[in-house]
Amino acid sequence: MVERFSFGVNPITCHAWNKDRSQVALSPNNHEVHIYKREANDWRLINVLNQHDLRVTGIDWAPNTNRIVTCAADRNAYVWTQGSDGNWKPTLVLLRINRAATCVKWSPFENKFAVGSGARLISVCYFEKENDWWVSKHIKKPIRSTVTSLDWHPNNLILVAGLTDFKVRVFSAYIKLLEEPNDSGSPWCKKAGGPGSLGTLLAEFTNSQSGGGWVHGVSFSGDGNRICWVGHDSSISVADASRGMVVTKLRTEFLPFNTCTWVGPNSIVVAGHNCCPLLYTFDSSGQLSYSCKLDNSQKKEAGGLSAMRKFQSLDRQARIENDTALETVHQNAITGLCLYSGSKGAITKFSTSGIDGQLAVWDMNLLEKGIQNMRLN
Amino acid sequence: MSINTSSSAFRKIDVDQYNEDNFGDEDQGELQSPPVGPDESEVTSLLNQGKTIDALKTVLRNAPLASKNPQVKDNAFNLTMKVLLYIKGSQVEEAVSALDRDLVDVLMKYIYRGFETPSEGSSGHLLLWHERAYSVGGIGSIVRVLTDSKKA
Repeated sequence: MVERFSFGVNPITCHAWNKDRSQVALSPNNHEVHIYKREANDWRLINVLNQHDLRVTGIDWAPNTNRIVTCAADRNAYVWTQGSDGNWKPTLVLLRINRAATCVKWSPFENKFAVGSGARLISVCYFEKENDWWVSKHIKKPIRSTVTSLDWHPNNLILVAGLTDFKVRVFSAYIKLLEEPNDSGSPWCKKAGGPGSLGTLLAEFTNSQSGGGWVHGVSFSGDGNRICWVGHDSSISVADASRGMVVTKLRTEFLPFNTCTWVGPNSIVVAGHNCCPLLYTFDSSGQLSYSCKLDNSQKKEAGGLSAMRKFQSLDRQARIENDTALETVHQNAITGLCLYSGSKGAITKFSTSGIDGQLAVWDMNLLEKGIQNMRLN
Repeated sequence: MSINTSSSAFRKIDVDQYNEDNFGDEDQGELQSPPVGPDESEVTSLLNQGKTIDALKTVLRNAPLASKNPQVKDNAFNLTMKVLLYIKGSQVEEAVSALDRDLVDVLMKYIYRGFETPSEGSSGHLLLWHERAYSVGGIGSIVRVLTDSKKA
């Protein structure tokens, strides 16, 4: 049901997979990005991308063009390309921001990427052949707070951002020099008749009528007609563009969630401070409801209390009982969630990483067999 | 780490003060809930008729959370406390289960505000309310007390 790997005691800030999932890039909560290669059931460190000065905040690996983009609190982003010798070569991207970059995402066609930052703007970057450099264009208005999360519409033209001013905004990320605005049929563009120029605000949603805290994670659905987001008020929301931007909000009874993704046309997985991925269903009547938790691991029974353990525990923590383990796979908050196999319309596997330094790969098909009331639709 | 880690004075420097177009909380507030708050005479008459649960629903549904007027908020808070303390311990469970989830969140906000300004014997009674509200709304309900900018 779930494969778990540990990468030491440091938190994993973020992670990204290569195309065939044989390698993973992750940052151990510092300025480095480590690339591990899978060997049977083990991971071997094969590359260290060491170019940033401050903590890496985002990694994304473009599967088809095999390029890695990283961004960090040092206000820089690098695009890494692999040479024939297997080493990665960085190219600096001038983001023109005066605060830390917070998140980065390749567009679906991999010809541009977006970086969110504390400078209250989104940089949309693309490669300019004539000058041989990455150009960044800014989406500024009406953002007045840090961008916490980003996601691309499958049509490569629209971008959704989660913000710390309790709002979710949908922007056009159309770059004139690069592409044709070939998706005027999208319900997001209905009002404007097309995506409009870069930075056109296509939709805006408030996380909650009563405030609602920061938005931590956003996700476009597989067909691009819906977005879901999670906020610091432990809520999950879905906005449906094909139904006139109706927002459905569910206030849950759990700790706040950090990330969310669509795993099927009507299913959402969320994960965060409660250390356990949860499945929610968005049914045809527009109701959002709790389906099940995906982590059914049992608490490990301590195998008796050996004298050795007893004294070790007394020595280290001054108590005999030493059972602080959670009954979930992750032992601390989950901060990252990536698609592992399948597509957003039907994810078969996804991976989570967290503050406990663990990376877990969850198999939806096996989970569905193991969990009674779990339905994927 | 540098030796100065204990000093947190740098956090007080407002690095954003020279930005134009700063984020302001005030333009957040289109007033959602009625700004006047619950009607005191209506609630009192409900209490006198013994319809305590209806009284509770009335105060919570009309809670002026979005109001900017501290006087209105204080009045509503005092009235809510009156209702909460009026309802007997044995009725608390029934009362909480009669509320929908949004009202439980509002109730939780008033419970925590009640803890801030205790009166004689109020905290013990509020703990009872808290236990029941927690069992319905879960930890998410407490998170929303902390997160929501529209407070009790």
